[in-house]
Parts: sequence; structure tokens; C-alpha cells
Amino acid sequence: MAALCESFTLCGLGPSGGVGLGGGLLALEPGPDPDHVLLTDRGRTATLFKVSDQKPLGCWSVKHGQIITCPVVCNFETHEYIAVHDDKVLRIWKNTDINLDKVFKATLSADVYRIHSLPHGGPIVLFKGGGVRTLDVLLEAPQQEIENIISDEVIKWSEAFMDGQQPVLIFTTEKGGDFFVYVQKLKMNSLHKYKLEQREIPKPLIFTAYIKNQIITLLCLYSNDSVYKVLIPLQQNSEEEEQILCKSQLLKLSVSGSVLKGTSFVVLDKNHIAILGSLAAPGEESKECLTIWNTKFQTLQTSKELPLATSGQLWCYEEKFFFTHGKVLTVIMYKCETSSLAAAVGKHKDSQTPDVSSFVNWNTLADEELVVSFQSQQSVVLKSESKMTLRSKRNSIAKVQPDTLSVGQILLNLKDTSTTVFEDELRQLISKARMPDFQASIGCVITALINRCKTNPKYYPRNFLLHIVQTQDLSYSLCPDLMAVALEKKDVHLLQICLQRFPDIPEEITYACLKVFLSISEAYLQRIDVNLESVICYIDIEFNNKEVKTEIVENGFNAELEQETIWNTEITKDTHLTADGSFCPVGPQKAALLNAVLHSGYSEVFLLPHLKNLPAQQAVLFLRYLYYLYVKSSEKINTALPGIRSPTISQIMDWMCLLLDAHFTVMVMLPEAKELLSNLHKFVRAQVRFYSELNKIEGSLRELQRLNHQKDSQTYSIEVLELI
Amino acid sequence: MGEFEVHRVRFFGLVPAGVRCLAYQPRGGRLALGRTDGAVEVYNFAANYFQEKVIPGHEARSVEALCWVTGDRLFGAGLGGEIAEYDLSRLCVACSVDGGGGPIWSMAANSSGTQLAIGCEDGSVKLFQVVPGGIQFERNLDRRKGRILCLSWHPSDTHIAAGSIDIFRVLDVSSGQTVQRVMVNYHVHKVKRECIVWSIAFLSSGTIVTSDSFGRVQFWDWERGTLLESHTVSTSSVLSLAVSEKEDSIVVGTSTGATYQFQLLPVKMGSLEKRWVRTKPFQHHTHDVRAVAHSSTALISGGLDAQLVIRPLMEKMQKKGYEAALRKFTFPHRRLVSCARKARLLLFQFSQHLELWRLGSTNETGKDGEVLPLCRMPEHLLQLKSKGPEHIYCSCVSPCGSWVAYSTASRFHLYRVQYENDSVSVKKVPKVPKLLLPAYQLQFSTDSDNLFVASARGSVHILQLLEPGSCKHLHTYRPPSECPEAVYLLAVSSDGHWLAAVSGDWAIHIYNLKCFKHHCTVPTYDCAVTALAIHPITNNLVIAYSDQQLFEFSIPEKQYTAWSRTVQNQGLHKVWLERDSPITHITFNPKNPSHILLHDTYMFCVLDKSLPLPDNSALLMNQSTLKQLPETARQRQLHAFKICKKFQPLLFADLLDENCLVMVERPIMDFKTQLPLPIQQKKFGT
Repeated sequence: MAALCESFTLCGLGPSGGVGLGGGLLALEPGPDPDHVLLTDRGRTATLFKVSDQKPLGCWSVKHGQIITCPVVCNFETHEYIAVHDDKVLRIWKNTDINLDKVFKATLSADVYRIHSLPHGGPIVLFKGGGVRTLDVLLEAPQQEIENIISDEVIKWSEAFMDGQQPVLIFTTEKGGDFFVYVQKLKMNSLHKYKLEQREIPKPLIFTAYIKNQIITLLCLYSNDSVYKVLIPLQQNSEEEEQILCKSQLLKLSVSGSVLKGTSFVVLDKNHIAILGSLAAPGEESKECLTIWNTKFQTLQTSKELPLATSGQLWCYEEKFFFTHGKVLTVIMYKCETSSLAAAVGKHKDSQTPDVSSFVNWNTLADEELVVSFQSQQSVVLKSESKMTLRSKRNSIAKVQPDTLSVGQILLNLKDTSTTVFEDELRQLISKARMPDFQASIGCVITALINRCKTNPKYYPRNFLLHIVQTQDLSYSLCPDLMAVALEKKDVHLLQICLQRFPDIPEEITYACLKVFLSISEAYLQRIDVNLESVICYIDIEFNNKEVKTEIVENGFNAELEQETIWNTEITKDTHLTADGSFCPVGPQKAALLNAVLHSGYSEVFLLPHLKNLPAQQAVLFLRYLYYLYVKSSEKINTALPGIRSPTISQIMDWMCLLLDAHFTVMVMLPEAKELLSNLHKFVRAQVRFYSELNKIEGSLRELQRLNHQKDSQTYSIEVLELI
Repeated sequence: MGEFEVHRVRFFGLVPAGVRCLAYQPRGGRLALGRTDGAVEVYNFAANYFQEKVIPGHEARSVEALCWVTGDRLFGAGLGGEIAEYDLSRLCVACSVDGGGGPIWSMAANSSGTQLAIGCEDGSVKLFQVVPGGIQFERNLDRRKGRILCLSWHPSDTHIAAGSIDIFRVLDVSSGQTVQRVMVNYHVHKVKRECIVWSIAFLSSGTIVTSDSFGRVQFWDWERGTLLESHTVSTSSVLSLAVSEKEDSIVVGTSTGATYQFQLLPVKMGSLEKRWVRTKPFQHHTHDVRAVAHSSTALISGGLDAQLVIRPLMEKMQKKGYEAALRKFTFPHRRLVSCARKARLLLFQFSQHLELWRLGSTNETGKDGEVLPLCRMPEHLLQLKSKGPEHIYCSCVSPCGSWVAYSTASRFHLYRVQYENDSVSVKKVPKVPKLLLPAYQLQFSTDSDNLFVASARGSVHILQLLEPGSCKHLHTYRPPSECPEAVYLLAVSSDGHWLAAVSGDWAIHIYNLKCFKHHCTVPTYDCAVTALAIHPITNNLVIAYSDQQLFEFSIPEKQYTAWSRTVQNQGLHKVWLERDSPITHITFNPKNPSHILLHDTYMFCVLDKSLPLPDNSALLMNQSTLKQLPETARQRQLHAFKICKKFQPLLFADLLDENCLVMVERPIMDFKTQLPLPIQQKKFGT
């Protein structure tokens, strides 16, 4: 939840002293150090403040008659300040300088729109004509000619980011009701121009943007009091002219009848934006307030009324809002914690698997999906896959088809089309960002695919399904037939991914997966691509590839066992390797699949009846594997297996108990299980003894501790105390 | 800053007396507390729960019940059979009246404050009229067999509920007749034990709440004599019970040390039907909780483990924070130890005797944290038993160690102690001047030539001590304007020039000792003074208030010092202000004039005025952090407060010489073992 915390006044803005001399503020920029801000007023002055101390550290003014025309910024690398006055005159100074007349001055050949300073990228100067230069380039020849790119368009807003190592500048322009977005990558010297999709009335008023995973998300507040989102991928290689950007509605700024007329807004994190504006209910006087909205749940999280007028400007640095309120500059701290429905009802999933969200993200998916499709270019498995997605993406940017058709209708239309067309269309469908009930649509898409699989037994879009499951946040209940079909097709990789990702798999299906995994032959598995990350860290693959079944090996592990039961060693020495738990009884692929089963959630009551049906041979094999895991995890003092998604000791123990419960009589009767059970018993006994020894040590240690205390409880002592 | 050789003393065998009864006065925000040794204390909630008044106990005067009447009059009654009114400005019994019914077990005042009812051993309930200056016997109500253990007036003052053994009765005040008699053990057939009604409350709705020795809290309809609800909260007795003013919450205390809250809650959301529900259990005590009280925002409980616990109710607090923190008080907010710096002696004050100890010594030195080998063990030199039933008010040993003085309610004693080789001889100074007694604080001058005696009505007597063992009264200082309150704290400058005295109205008067006249008054600060001391070199008076503020007042200049103003401007650190035990002693290091040494129960602090004050973002207790830093990095982290929390609970700390400290600790476990065993409870696994 987001919350506004305490507020304080940074400085007065009144004509009598304070900052700004009544003219108001031009802008607020971060200062050279954390907790510092630079205030530029609409006049001649820039002031550096230490926020927590509420006190000015420095103040610089240009001469009478001159006027600062763009916000003063700080060059974070050199700790110099940069100002532009009278549109063209550049001033650069340091903290120690007092008089701005005597500092470095350069007159430029064109009007400056704004200077952006980036922490690791140096300052970038944006000219009113759309030309962009880094400060370094500009200072080499201040009088160099600056091209005019945007002819008679007017710059409305600009922002700069770092994309990895290179600075990126984005700015929007307007001309005759049309809005354009320019993205300039400075190092590559590439400029892209986009047109903002525009349909008559609502006009974008304010912009803000952030960059994540090479995608710029541009948020626009439109005149119809809605916030729209526009995604602009940075990895564009085509030189197409003027692509059109589609927007999708992110948020409607209305709460129970009253509408927020935003004047300024900032992005706080993935799910939160803050908007300063006036809240007007019909028939009531509007009141200005600062609001925080959750874009994920589309809710107003918190708001604060501002009875004195604001200037409509809002800045946000280091978890603090800055805005003018009445005649003062007010600072409000805020807290913004990621909110999720699950957290709200106290059912946040185990933090071990934070990347798998178990709930439906109705709104944030759009850009995540884009991200995934861009990133997956590196992935070998999905290479062809993602290329297609990219192309279709570009199409969708270029085409601007009004998607008036609902998902259901599209699916209906596609029912009888050829397989390739069908898949292409579906791909397009799921790559669209602007669907309102995106998650449900994905469910429909999968159902459509599965239905096609059912009607056409030869058809099975393995990779496509895998891609969807891997990239979307799905659940079993959203596509109940998917796993059944996968089981039928023995698509173990898909099943593995499903087991890892779906939070709500019924026990029956879990059992079916287990059975398939156990029954499938190792030879077959070796040809199949399975995610091995859960086993790779502890399994000995080399050894396993050999046929070792008949080999007699000395009992390797477990010193305690050897020490304690010497009479046993003779017997254990000539036992089968498979029965003593030191080598993996299954191949790594199968192990990885079984781990996925171990890792999935279940309820004992519902699983037990199914587990009873497991054929005896398979049960023994599974028990053998569990025993192996148990021995493996006991090797380390923290009883945890290395690797990602490797089973925990309690999962292993629970499954072992469950399996023994389910197959108790079978295990007793089965001759091949005898050996295994006896070894298991010995191992457990050894462990129990070991822990009881630990118990004794604990007792002694506690006694020592107590004795230590007793020394402390003397009635008199002279001690040395040092105070610093 | 430096190393100290710390004499860590744990042989002060103080056992604080258990809490017997509590009376909360909502209007004045004051809590009266009676202890098992007969002492009565008053805590001022507005002054950060400071224990502002202590009336020492008396062997023959136990306190079984305390009552506030008409706001500020405090009455107590006990097994001695007398009802006493306390004089809270002179801290003694103002008058006492025999109840006439044997030991008094209970007492309650009616809501208008005109009558007191007492419950006696002989089974009678007697009414006394409260008149100016005392009480008058009015009449007896219907007398039956069985001692009256608890009493409660109906808020309309028409009826009194009286709890006894196996029964409780309702008496009509106007007729004096018993109008209802209810057997409380009626529902327990099999057990042949008697059921003691320990505590009773009469609600305005006509419901009577009883708590009994069967561990039950029961709600009765008094007119029908029927049981409405019964809650068994404990397997042992429920000893005490208190109802909130709004009658929507009840707190009960049990003999297992647990307290429980009951709340009157709607059966369903929005429903009008309400029931009493046991809501919150608390286990703050280890022994019997003999007394509970209910303020509007907190549950207050006192146990035989001598603890007073104030547990704010979260739902009544505006915000979570310091105000909502649990308070526990075990030790008095005043000093029971005095120290003869030069002679290295400690004088411990117990309720009826004094102990004089000589500290040990060592020849070794060591590093921080090391325990040094002793070359001489501490020595118990003397035990002075106070004759008579009265408990000791105050005591003091002179800096040279040769004079010891103490005072009880009616007597003042001065002793001359002589040390010859290994033997100690004590001689009582005969014919001490007749003073206005009791003395509330005693203080010797630094040169041990004079003794200052804090007395009633704001006055301070000065006695001149004469060799070989006599004294004479020199002068009595009185505040320029009439003051009814007694002086409770004294501070003398080491040059013998100034004397500062704090009276119960928190005014600090400074007297010039050279010309025997009143010098000035420190500007009034509306909070209780908990400690004060005069700097030996600058003659600045350092004052600690119960809201944890510190002031420094220049006596020669009659104004606050620049440093004091800086402190007030910058404000003290939040953590400092949120400590919950008051500073009880301040002293100085003559070799290091910028240092002020102060302590409370949980910390010892050297305040270095030459260093910057910490702001709220800095770590206040930074000693352990500093110790890990290299010398060069320390400089930037240093701030004025050097706090050591190693010694707890700290009853006294003083500087013996330049780098030698004495710390008197009383580990809780040490005195817990001396308390009677609590009820044995089976704990899991034992």
C-alpha cells in the first residue's frame, strides 16, 4: 500500500524573502548529493537546499534584466551547476562560486529548451528546434549550428534516461492538434519519430515516462481525465517513417462520481503513480489534492487535500513529493510498497519463487509480455518464436487497426482457418497490450488452441503453448484442459513448466504427472529438452550416464552409519548401489521432472487416494529417488540442496511419509523394497542418534553458558569501563 | 574520553514491598499506591508517571484500601483498624480515626465524596461522614457474620455491595438493612472449600461483578439475586477487579500474576445486545496481582512482586508511539543510597535500618570490560536499626564518612562514626535540635561541616556539625512566599555558597548560604524535578525533569546558560526523551568541567557539553558502534551523550574520584528469590 507520511515546509515562496520572490517555481531538480535539491524560480535565482535540514546551502542569481529560462541542473560527474539564461546563454559554475557574472559563459547559436542531467551520462541539451547535443560536444564549439528537426512543431515535454550505457532522450511535440514523440539515442545518433494515435477530442495534456528493460513507457494524462500508456520499444532497427503509437488506457481518474483534473503527475513505481490536481464532484467546489493511484488495481490509494492553492507542479525525488502549497514549498514523504491482492489477504506466496506470480495481474501484464518477447531473443529455444512475435509487434504498431472485435469474435472467426494463419492471429492477439481483460483473453486463446488440438489429433503447437505458459501468468483454472492434453501428448517439458508455475493444480493431475514422469523411459527423456536447473547443482550426471546397476561399490557416504554399526558394514558393502542412496537412481531429466512434482502444492487428504494407485515398481523407484535426495540433503549441515527450485528437506520428508503411507503393505511384501527400506531405516536411525547427541551437546553448552552467568552474579567486582 | 574503574556493587539487598492496593483519581491523573509495608506513594501520570510523593510505611499501619475523596483527599484504611487521612503536602498521616470494628479489610467512598464505607473483620459495614479536616462516624449498617473483604457503592449512592466469604450482600444505605444476600458457592456442590469474594463492583445497571477464590469473575443481577454470566479465568484466585468509568471494560488480577481485560461488546456487529467478553490476557507479573485500577486509557496493575504496570489500551490511543508504550516500575524514583566520596563508603537505606559499607579496592588496571582482581574485599561496617515502628524517610552519610543522619516521621538521628584501624565505633549525637519533622531529604556540605535538612512548608534547616560529636541549629531558610509543600530535593554547591531546594510544587529556590538569604527562584517549568545538582566550578545548577528535559541554570547570573538554551533550541534526542525512568542522580567530574554524569534505572550517561548534541537521525546509544570504529573515524561520530547500559537496574551511580565510579545495581532476580514463592504453575515440559 502506498501512504503519504509526514510533511514539512522546505522554504517560503512569498515575495517577502524565501525563494522565488513571488514569481513561483520554474522547476526542481536533484542536487549534487542525495537529500539535496536545486530550485529554480521563474526569475533570476537558483537555490540549493538540503531537504532534511530544511535549509538553503547556496543561492545564485543572474544579473537584473536577465532571466533564467530553463531549470538549473547539476552535472553529477563534475558537481557543477548549469544554467541557461535568456534562452541562449549558458553558465556553468561550482559550489564555491558566488557571483554568476564571473563564471564560465558560452553563448549558443540556438534557443535551449531544456537541459537534462543524468547521473552517469552527463548533461544533454535539448534545443527548441529539436536538436540534441551532449554538453561536452556543445562546449567544444558553442557557436556550432544546431539543426531544426521539428520545423514548426512545438516541444511540450522532454525527459532523458539511461538505457544501459547510452543516454536516451524522449520529447513530445505538438502541431495543429497532432502529437509526435521523438526518441533520440545519443550514442547511436539515431532519431525516431512516432505519431501518437489520436482520435478527435481527448488530447494529451501531460506526459511522463519511465524506462524498463529497453522499453520506454510513456504515460499521458488526457483531457478526458484518463491516463493512457504508450509503449515504445527502444530496439527498433527499421528506419520506417513516422510509426504510429497505440495507446491503452491505464487508469480513469474518477472516484465515486468525482473526477480528478490532473495538473501534474509522476510515476512512483511499477504500480503507483502520483497525481496532483483538483478533485471535482458534480455540484461541489473542486478541491486540490495530491493523490496516489494504484494502476494495477485501478484504485485511489491515498490522497491529501491541499486547501491552499498549489501551482499545479509536482516533483518527486527520493521518496519525497515537492510542491508549492500556498506560499510555501511543501515536502511530503511517501511510502510505496508493492501491493498485491495476495498480500492484502495475507497469502503472499513463498518468497523462494517470487518470479512466479500466482495471481492474475490484470493490468501490468501488457508491458511484461513485451519485455519477455524482447528478451527471449537470446533464448535459443525460443529463437524462431520471438522473431515472429517481434514482427507481429511491429505490424501492430504500424497498422493501427481499430480493434473493435472482441476476443471471442476473433476466435470464432478463426475457427476454420488454416493452422498457420490461426497461430499467427493468436500470436497477434496475445501480443496486444491494450485488451481490457487480458488475462481472460489468454485463457480463451489457450482454450481455442486446446480445442483445435482435440479436434485434430495431429495438431499440437508445442512451442507456442510453451511460450504462452512461460510468458504469461496463468493458472490451472484458467486453462483446465491444457495439462490434460499435455499429459496425453506426454509433453513433459510443458508439464514441468506448468507444475512450476500453476498454483492451483488438483492433486489428481499432480499424481497423473508423477505417474507419467516415473513411467517414461530414460532413453526417451534424454532426447527431450527439460529444464534441469533444479538438479544440475547436486546430481552427478557423468556417473549416471554409465550403466552402474550391477556394479558393487563400497558404501561411500555417511560416516556415522559406518562408525555406529560396524557389524552392518559387511552387509552394506555388497549391497546394490541403487539401494543405499548415494547415487541417483534416475537420470537428471527424470529427476528434474520429479522435483517439479515435489515442489508443487498439494493436500495430503486428496493426494493419498491417488498415490495408492501408483504401480509398485514406480513407487519403489520414487522412494529410491526420495531416499537419494534425503541422503544428499543430509550431507550439508543446513540440510538444503543447492540450486534453483530444488526440493526442500521438508518436502522430501513429507513425500516420503506420504508414499510410505500409501504403499505400506506393498512395501512390506515387495522383495526389492526390502533392501531399500532397511537402508532407509538405518539412515533414519543414524540421524536420530546424531540429533540426540546434538541434544546432549546443547545441554552441556547451556550449562557452560550458565556457569558464565554465575561469574557475573558476584555481589562485588571492580570492572573497567571505557566511554568514548 | 576515558576509562573508568567501576565498583560494581550488588550487595544492596533492597526488597521493594509488594503492591497492596491502588486508587486512581481520574480528574487529577494521579495514582495512589499502597504497599504491603504500609507505605503510600502517589504517581503523577501527567508528569510522565513520576513517583512524586512517598509516605514511608509504619509497622502498625498496614494499608488495605485507599480512596480518593473529592478529588484530592486521600484516605487509607488497614488491618490496624484505623482510617487515616494523608497529608500529601507534608507526606504524613494528617489524622486517623479508629474504625471500631476490628481490622478493616475494605473501604470505598461514595460518588459524591460525602461518605466513606468500611468493611470490617466483625462483619459490619460502617459509614463515616467526610467533613473538613477529617471524618466522623455516622452509623453502622446491618451486621452479619463474616469479614467484609470488599465493598462497592452503587453509582447512585443508594446501595452498597459487600463481599464476604461464600456470600455477598447488598445493603440499603438509607435503611441500613440487607436487601439481598447471594451465595456465591451455590453452583459448586462438590467442593467443600470456602469461596472468598475477593473483589466486588456495583455497576449503574444494577449488575454486580464479583471475583472470587475459585478463579471466577461473575456477573449478578442484584435484585433477583441471579447469576447472569460466569467466566472462569484462572484455576486460582481472582484477587482484584476494577471497572472503567464508562463501565464498558473491566480489568481483573489473579494470583498467578496474570491480568485479564473484560469488555462489554455487542453480540453481533451493530446489535444492541451486549455481553461481557474476556478479551485480553496479560502476564506482566510473577506473583499475586493484589490490586488493579482502570484509567480511561490504560489498565494498571500492581503485584506482590513490587511491580506497578501501566498497560495503555491500544484502541484508546490516538497513535502508536511512546504514549502507548507499556510502563513498568519496580524501584523508587528517588535515591536510597548515599556515598561518602572521600571515605569510599556507601550508605544503604532500608525501610527500618541502614547499612554502611566500605568499598573494596584493586591495584591492577585493565582494558575495557575486564574484571580486575580485588586486593581488598568490600566490608560491611555497620548496621543501624531504627527503633520504633516508623519507617525511614531519608538518610545520608557525610563525604568524610564520619557522620550519618536519618529521619523517621517523628524522630531525627545523627551519628558520629569513628574508624580506628579495623574497628568502627558509633556514637549517637545527643540532644539534636528540635526541628519540624519529618525531614524529607538530608544533605551534608562538601566539607562535612554542615547538614541541610529538608523540611515541611518549603523550609530548609541548616545544622552546624561540631567536633567531637554535637551539633547546633544555625538557620532555617524559607521561601519568600508561603509554600505548603515539603522540600523533597536538595543540592549544595561544593564551595558552600549556594543551596538549591525543590518543594512539592516543583518550585526551585536558591539560597545564598554566605549571607543567609534567598537568592532567586528558577523559572517555573511545569514538570516534576527528579534530580538536581550544582556544578563545583561554574556553580551552574543542572536540573533533570520527569519529562526527561535537562536544564542548566547559572546561579550567579540568575539565568539559563547558553548551553541550556542550545539544548532547548535543538531539542534533545527522541530516544532520550522516550526513556521511561527518571534521572535520579546528577554529579560532576571536577577534573572535566564539561562533563555531567547522570543516571536512571536503566542507563548511566556522561554528558559532554563540549560535543555537539545528536540529532534524531544519529544513533543515541552509539558506544558499541564507536568502539568498533578506528580512532580517526570516531571523531565525526562523537556526540554529547555517552551512554552505558551495562549496569541494570541501576539504583545509584556516583563518581568517587577522577576516573573511579561506583554503580549500585539490584538485579531483579536477586530480589525475586527473596519474595514468597508464587503459586506453582505447571509449565509444559517440566
